[in-house]
Amino acid sequence: MKRFEWVQASTTDDALGQSTRTCAELMDSNKKTSGASVVKAGGIDLLDLLKEGILSTQRVVNIRSIDDLHHISFDKKGCVIGPLLTLAEIAEHADIRKKFTALADAAEHIATPNIRNAATVGGNLLQRPRCWYFRSEEFNCLKKGGKDCPANVGENKYHAIFDNEKCSIVHPSTAAVALVALGASIELTSRKGKREVKLEEFFISPSEDVVKENRLAEGELITAITIPDNGWKSAHIKLGEKDSFDWSIGDCAVALDMEGSTCKKAVIVLGAAAPVPYRATAAENFLKGKSIDEKTAREAGKLAVQNAKPLSQNEYKVTMLEVAAMRALLKAAQS
Amino acid sequence: MASLHEAKAAEATLRVSGPGPMPLTLKINGKTHKLQIEPSETLAETLRTTLGMTGTKVSCDRGTCSACTVWLDGATMCSCMTLTVDVAGRAVTTIEGLASEDGTLHPVQEAFIEKDATMCGFCTPGMVMSCAALLARNSSPTLEDVRTACSGNYCRCGTYPNVFEATLAAAKKGAS
Repeated sequence: MKRFEWVQASTTDDALGQSTRTCAELMDSNKKTSGASVVKAGGIDLLDLLKEGILSTQRVVNIRSIDDLHHISFDKKGCVIGPLLTLAEIAEHADIRKKFTALADAAEHIATPNIRNAATVGGNLLQRPRCWYFRSEEFNCLKKGGKDCPANVGENKYHAIFDNEKCSIVHPSTAAVALVALGASIELTSRKGKREVKLEEFFISPSEDVVKENRLAEGELITAITIPDNGWKSAHIKLGEKDSFDWSIGDCAVALDMEGSTCKKAVIVLGAAAPVPYRATAAENFLKGKSIDEKTAREAGKLAVQNAKPLSQNEYKVTMLEVAAMRALLKAAQS
Repeated sequence: MASLHEAKAAEATLRVSGPGPMPLTLKINGKTHKLQIEPSETLAETLRTTLGMTGTKVSCDRGTCSACTVWLDGATMCSCMTLTVDVAGRAVTTIEGLASEDGTLHPVQEAFIEKDATMCGFCTPGMVMSCAALLARNSSPTLEDVRTACSGNYCRCGTYPNVFEATLAAAKKGAS
């Protein structure tokens, strides 16, 4: 790991005063970033990027122990989560499990126990993608300011089956899939002030801007995550190559507004499917006014992947995601 | 919310350390160590290289295998993905700190020996730290609890069945 300076921030204002740059800016080969600072929360993804030599920074600003970013509260409207809550704290929180089951399900199956004890939910949302070309210092791919995408003509078994024409990363955050399904918003704070963004609109497709995955601006921090409590049922199902721990190869979060056994509204979000958490709107529309049983869930699963355009090595993902959607629907409906 | 003026003031006043060595006080296995550490050094490096505590193993160095598991304030962490500078003020427990002062092994260590839960031994310190942490928070775990607790610990010899058996046996004997 290249050496860096260290600044310990004790408050949000300390951190905002540090003029930090985003990881995406620091990894863009077309940008001059000498003298830059970057924020560290749990540090899991940042250390990975630093160790691989694909990100370097003059200074690391540690926000891990800022108390005002580590909190959780519930009221009638919903839940507000500080971005420094760890994935373990989210997975183990009884009220999150009860009201926002999809998020607890998702957090419980992210990475390993050790990583969940260190990694924060804010960092999970902002982590960089896992594409092996992107993660290798030997490839200056589109996401790092290069001229082409090696994955689209190369090894692409873990890549996107939707929106994959330009850059075929899948969004790396599993928590994001659940949070988008639950209608979460995030509060972004900079020196200029605060703004509230729907999480679904925070993430952006490579066709809009290929070097970054989200709308985080220079000097901005996620300072809160808000989940509305509308009494919906929810669930998340993750499929991986092994059970103990693994990156998702297809996951799905579902949130259902039910009236008795009739579905008034469904939100279905696929993970490890596209460069952003992917809304399966055709499946959502199909379920409106129907009861959710094995037959309708199976049909919805099919509709969820109907527009898939798999690459040379990932056609298997179409079936994985169809099944993940079906199982998540049944799990949510039966909860 | 900081005004621009206040934020600039904060930028000016926060102390910048590194990139060279900075003074740091660590609490490891109940003992205080005063060290000079660079901010880019990981806890695994400090333990093994600076302090010669080689019980903690490093295999993947990317948080994937959990061979480097230590406890920070009682929670298991990958020491390879933890910066030493970020550990100041937190209690570090390593495999060397698990046995009693008089050399009596931790019940999980005893059970690992009794149930033959190690082959090449490289994953063993991390595996023991994960299993002992489980018993510290749950004195009567199920098999599923044990499997979850060491789900991040890679053992390429495949000692898992014996690891599970040993941990359940240690729990039965009243380890915590």
